[in-house]
Amino acid sequence: MAEQRKAPTSRRRLLAMIGTAAGSSAMYQAMTTLGLAAESTYKGPIRLEGDPKGASVLVLGAGVAGLVAALELHQAGYKVQVLEYNDRAGGRCWSLRGGDRFTELGGFEQTCGFDKDLYFNPGPWRIPYHHGGILNYCKRLGVSLEPFIQVNYNAYLHARDAFGGKPQRLRHILADFHGSVAELLAKAVSQDKLDQPVTAGDKELLLEALRQWGALDDNYAYKVGVLSSERRGYQRDPGGGLMDEAVPSEPLPFAEILRSRVWLRLVLGQIYEYQSTIFQPVGGMDMIARAFVREIGSLIRYNAKVTAIKQDDKHVTVTFVDARTGGAPMTATADWCLCTIPLSVLDQIDLNVGAPMMNAINAVPYGAAAKIGLQFKRRFWEEDEQIYGGITYTDLPIWQIGYPNTNYGGSGKGVLLGAYVFDSPYAYEFTALPPEDRLKKAVEYGAQIHPQYETDYENGIAVGWHRVPWVLGCFGRWTEEARKQHYKDLCEIDGRIALAGEHASNIPAWQEGAVLSSLDAISRLHQRVVAG
Amino acid sequence: MSPEYQGKTLVVWRGMALAMVLTGATASAAGARSSDGSFMSSRRFMQRDGEVIYRTVCQGCHMAAAQDAVGAGGYPALVNNPKLATAGYPVLVVVNGSKGMPPFGALLDDEQVAAVVNYVRSHFGNSYPDSISPTDVRLARP
Repeated sequence: MAEQRKAPTSRRRLLAMIGTAAGSSAMYQAMTTLGLAAESTYKGPIRLEGDPKGASVLVLGAGVAGLVAALELHQAGYKVQVLEYNDRAGGRCWSLRGGDRFTELGGFEQTCGFDKDLYFNPGPWRIPYHHGGILNYCKRLGVSLEPFIQVNYNAYLHARDAFGGKPQRLRHILADFHGSVAELLAKAVSQDKLDQPVTAGDKELLLEALRQWGALDDNYAYKVGVLSSERRGYQRDPGGGLMDEAVPSEPLPFAEILRSRVWLRLVLGQIYEYQSTIFQPVGGMDMIARAFVREIGSLIRYNAKVTAIKQDDKHVTVTFVDARTGGAPMTATADWCLCTIPLSVLDQIDLNVGAPMMNAINAVPYGAAAKIGLQFKRRFWEEDEQIYGGITYTDLPIWQIGYPNTNYGGSGKGVLLGAYVFDSPYAYEFTALPPEDRLKKAVEYGAQIHPQYETDYENGIAVGWHRVPWVLGCFGRWTEEARKQHYKDLCEIDGRIALAGEHASNIPAWQEGAVLSSLDAISRLHQRVVAG
Repeated sequence: MSPEYQGKTLVVWRGMALAMVLTGATASAAGARSSDGSFMSSRRFMQRDGEVIYRTVCQGCHMAAAQDAVGAGGYPALVNNPKLATAGYPVLVVVNGSKGMPPFGALLDDEQVAAVVNYVRSHFGNSYPDSISPTDVRLARP
């Protein structure tokens, strides 16, 4: 930055900077698909055809993968028993509501103080339109969905050291970034200063495209006026009757936008998994788990802490204790076992599988993440700032503020996602704090964006995923190398034991990964069973 | 940290692109906002002191008194832990991770790793007289 302040920025230099920015976003796009399935490979409801002849399956874990397996295997005629560590189903498909208690590793207990009907999803909170597996279960099980707002043009982009620390509306940054880039490019094109030659016909088309894309005027300028205000919004909006006339708004200085780096966030809504339409279950993510429980709840044994999984050539025997009281070990036996226990926990369980699967289990560290829900006296983001759903992004250690995508205009209290950080020092640092200090931090940082925090904050609940006793982290954080070396070994059936979960998928940290992994595992298991 | 090392620990998971966008702030933009170095950067830990690193990072899993923690699975106690007898072992674990524990080699520099390993080996009932240097840590990196 200092270098650029020395001399007036040349157009070429600016273009180079833009190229860098465009190149970066292109790189992000490329990386989302690098070596991985680009989309859900869900092929419609599974058909487990053929008679399982009374075969039995023990499903370990009643998270999304376990629930899917239990439902499908049960319907296909298997004898199914599910062992679950918690006193509820869902695993990371989890919502916290008023009165819910959460005790983390180390013993801190939090009781959620939210008002009735308010909730917070500590785990997954959105479902992309192309996650066909989980969406199909929502449809089959009658889980109502509503839109999750990823891109809200009136939410903020915020950088502490830019714009005097004042949060900027996304629509301002977006319109001005596009407009300014379009203007620069149009000038370069019309003066034939592009490095690549463009034919005369293409040149005309390109100029027209830039004019439309950037809201440029007839002289290819991006400036104050109706054209730019129709993108970024007016200083005073058009009214009715004899109200004062509309006043166009003033674009932000382009150099300031560039230096702020907030343009990094402009690409978020274009990332495949964040593209519209995105959904959330009405009433909380765990509505999905609850719907499964309505179908197959009687198959689940809760509070069962698995301590050993042993197979021989005929059976799998699982030893477990009561998760609350300990006590005498109990056993459950079945012909087969589908184990969805997170690898971070499974690697501590006495398990007799071959070296390839064991090495794979031990090869996957679990990522850090922290998520914090905050209740406020009123929905000030709607009342004061016209922010209805969506997400504000900031370079503060909270990274994001998520506004509720439901009950717009409600007059009561509201719950914000006050922080969501992952895979960053901030995630570890939030986790290392006692819960009350996590909340204090989240409120302190959030108040830099919404000063209303200072008067309207009431209570909150903070989940640092490495402290969650049944997963010890947020998700299986595969490296490219580890995946190359171990992924297949993790997914191949070992004797009578198959593994499933987001960790056994190419869509880690998403529920869709858990669904697809489960369907794939039980399909292969079923083939073995019917083949006898 | 060498660029080579960064390359080796490059993590590819679908959220990677998002993490890159979200952690986009430069170190300078992170600025100095906290007295102990915590919450200063979304990419690297900035704490320098061994005890501070323990309190603001390791404690998230290994607990305030380095005691064990048990749920469905758990974290081992570092208290009176004989595995700390050879300093090289905790250095390798911190740098490379171990099983479910993530690697910290890309988030902590050699001095920070040495500082926190020396702290743990001289506290929580551990009193190993030798200490490890940043150079030792550098040599232990893959």
